[in-house]
Amino acid sequence: MNPFSSGTRLRDMIRAIRACKTAAEERAVVRKECAAIRAAISENDQDYSHRNLAKLMFIHMLGYPTHFGQMECLKLIASPGFPEKRIGYLGLMLLLDERQEVLMLVTNSIKQDLNHTNQYIAGLALCALGNICSAEMARDLAPEVERLLQFRDPNIRKKAALCSIRIIKKVPDLAENFVNPAAALLKEKHHGVLLTGVQLCTDLCKVSKEALEHLRKKCTDGLVRVLKDVVNSSYSPEYDVSGIADPFLHIRLLKLSCVLGQGDADSSDTMNDILAQVATKTESKKNAGNAILYECVATIMSIEDNGGLRVLAVNILGKFLSSRDNNIRYVALNMLMKAIALDSQAVQRHRTTLLECVKDSDASIRKRALDLVYLLVNESNVKSLTKELIDYLEVCDSEFKGDLTAKICSVVEKFSPEKIWYIDQMLKILSAAGNHVKEEVWHALIVVITNASNLHGYTVRSLYRAVQTAGEQETLVRVAVWCIGEYGEMLVNNAGMLAGENPITVTESEAVDVVETAIRCHSDLPTRSMCLIALLKLSSHFSSCSQRINNIILHYKRSLVLELQQRAIEFNSIIEKHHNIRSALVERMPALDEATYSSRRAGSVPAAVSTSEGAPLNPPNGVSKHTSSALVDLLDLTSDDITAPSSSGGDFLQDLLGVDQSPALSHPGTNQTQKSSNDVLLDLLSIGTPPAQSGSSTNNMLSPNQDNKNSLDMLDTLTSAQASSLVGSSMIDLLDGFGASSSVPVAEKNGLTLPSIVAFESSSLRVTFKFLKQPENPETALIEAQFFNKSPNIYSDFTFQAAVPKV
Amino acid sequence: MIHFVLLISQQGKVRLAKWYSPYSQKERSKVIRELSGMILNRGPKLCKFVEWRGYKVVYRRYAGLYFCMCINHEDNELEILDIIHHFVVILDRYFGNVCELDLIFNFHKAYYILDEILIAGELQESNKKTVERLIDAQDLLVETAKEEANSISKLIAQATN
Repeated sequence: MNPFSSGTRLRDMIRAIRACKTAAEERAVVRKECAAIRAAISENDQDYSHRNLAKLMFIHMLGYPTHFGQMECLKLIASPGFPEKRIGYLGLMLLLDERQEVLMLVTNSIKQDLNHTNQYIAGLALCALGNICSAEMARDLAPEVERLLQFRDPNIRKKAALCSIRIIKKVPDLAENFVNPAAALLKEKHHGVLLTGVQLCTDLCKVSKEALEHLRKKCTDGLVRVLKDVVNSSYSPEYDVSGIADPFLHIRLLKLSCVLGQGDADSSDTMNDILAQVATKTESKKNAGNAILYECVATIMSIEDNGGLRVLAVNILGKFLSSRDNNIRYVALNMLMKAIALDSQAVQRHRTTLLECVKDSDASIRKRALDLVYLLVNESNVKSLTKELIDYLEVCDSEFKGDLTAKICSVVEKFSPEKIWYIDQMLKILSAAGNHVKEEVWHALIVVITNASNLHGYTVRSLYRAVQTAGEQETLVRVAVWCIGEYGEMLVNNAGMLAGENPITVTESEAVDVVETAIRCHSDLPTRSMCLIALLKLSSHFSSCSQRINNIILHYKRSLVLELQQRAIEFNSIIEKHHNIRSALVERMPALDEATYSSRRAGSVPAAVSTSEGAPLNPPNGVSKHTSSALVDLLDLTSDDITAPSSSGGDFLQDLLGVDQSPALSHPGTNQTQKSSNDVLLDLLSIGTPPAQSGSSTNNMLSPNQDNKNSLDMLDTLTSAQASSLVGSSMIDLLDGFGASSSVPVAEKNGLTLPSIVAFESSSLRVTFKFLKQPENPETALIEAQFFNKSPNIYSDFTFQAAVPKV
Repeated sequence: MIHFVLLISQQGKVRLAKWYSPYSQKERSKVIRELSGMILNRGPKLCKFVEWRGYKVVYRRYAGLYFCMCINHEDNELEILDIIHHFVVILDRYFGNVCELDLIFNFHKAYYILDEILIAGELQESNKKTVERLIDAQDLLVETAKEEANSISKLIAQATN
């Protein structure tokens, strides 16, 4: 024998590898060993193949490639001796997986070993088959395994049972062959065989409906009896785990009961007694007992309803919740999620404990508890729950803040009983975690604020106070700046005081301070853009600070950020040169329609929302461009567009209205005729009498963007310099004019108007006709058709055809 | 079912890895890396369950070794804690106060024991004594075969000398 070919012993190789100080050293040792093993394999060295494979497996565990060893496994499995087979099968399971074709070559060896007289060899084969067989192997060898289910030795029977589980999972068609043998296993006395037999039955039921029916009919009573025996069995040291005899068998039996009882009232009835016994008698001091109780609760929740048992189950969960063991609390929270669907009243009782769990130090428990609390909120407990959650929000970790904020916001929005409470809570949330609040949430807040006209003063004052303490929260600052811009005079005049509100003295310059700090300290574009607009508004409201505001704005004329520079230039120009229109420009925003906003938000076209979400304030850009330069420019531009009616006109209008892409344009249900866009512009710029109200609402004007609100603001005041009350109608003109076919808006200035009618109305479309007779030409009537898209979808390819009767 | 069993040392070294669901070699390394990162960094007071890729991974720490088992979402985590303990107690009884070194130098024996406890990701035997008896019987077979081989080779050596 060549001493060198024997190579090192396994132990020595392991020692050598562990002694390596660097990765490079280890690689060198491994390489040497692999070379020796490869040489031995190619020389077909039988003597040390056992040891070589063991070494190879160790090397594999370290993470090195060992493909060359796969055939060795096969050779060892094929050899007659037990030690070789043992290591061969282990190598097979470790180095190969079911997806490799090499595995097929083993099928024959395994077949022979399954029929071997030595039960340990048969056991090895069953184990390997059960762990890694592929579907083809399963099909080939299923009959052998089936036969072994009735072998005389319990060791083989239990292995065969588990191997069968894998077979039926890989080849569900074979399930019917195993049903009868599996049912027979339920009568076993040997715990191991019973354990595996029960598991086989459970998996059979999951895989095949016929198996489920059969087992349910034949075995439910037997199962209940076995469970009773196990539960009442006396102490046995072999099976004992923390004082309970064979908890694993308990749990398997309960699982099978769950599967058999689910959906079947009769089976569920037979199980009630034993389930009640398990639920009440099992000791819950140690994990084993708790595991059984947990399985019992899961079973009770899944089978057909028995009121008493359910109550028992929820009580057990309640006890789990107050356990000091984190593991127990975690599983209880999991199970409570299921319980809530079945009986939410019972779970409500544990609300306080759940709130405590939200504050737990373990992240998984916190998350689960928060999900549960969210499901428990209803109108009666929303105020107290929200208070608790917001208190916690102020102190919790930042990773958790995002989740918590989102949940609180959605709770507040869904269940808020009155507007003032909603505003209060939102302000608290913004102060505590403004940076985690999503865009749509604070947009919604502003929508609500504009609609609550009696609360404007209160809101702006609360915001003012909030910004003093929590000025670093971006979102809070944005909302505050917007409100101060809109309702600035209410802030300084203490207008609209609510009963019980504390008066607060804020001078105009202090209000401007807030905005100035905001623009200086925050670096993100939307906030600073909003600040500039707010300053413009304030310059009109607070004449005393006008100069100061102008100085601030002047500073940004030189900003390197295009948006800010542009705004600064335009606003500065308005302040200095266009006093006459300034106040009209910055008139108060009309209330934004909440219902439409929320329906839009819920089901609206994502395109419009998402494209504008990112930079919500671009549009005023487009608007400002036109207001700052003389109105004549606008007209000029318009005339340009008339001559070039293709895309430019449309784009121009889109810019004007501050919608980024055409989808938003089509919200009002328009067709994209460019001609009409020009008409609208003329309309827009005709600062004369706007046409009569068509009576339609301002609904369609809204798209869920902040931009439109601001832009519409501007355009509003453009068209109705004198008549701000006609705000609604001018907005209609603006957008609805898209749908207008070849009307001649100029004529409207001078013509007679007749009452308009609603020509057609369905759930998704409304068509209104407005009539106009030109005084110069009384035989002709001008009909302006307006199309409103009432659905949240975009209309495309919308055509309007008019049929006229021949005279 | 249990999808895989991992034994990971404090330093992230794999001492034992048994896969009951199909994972390719590359996927296995990825899984091990991910889970090592997640589990080794968890504080001691946190619960022993980690949610990962839609599965649950239950782990228990014994001295410097983390025993991890990955189960389906609907399985009973508390039971797995006991199955892990069952495995560890049997290892302890076999090796006599088992330590990590035992598992390193006798990894193949640790695998043999695991194969008597779990097959196809399900529990095979709840009786610790039965498992011991089976392992001992198989070890005896191996010993006998080795002795026979030795005596044969002695005979051959004598004959050829």
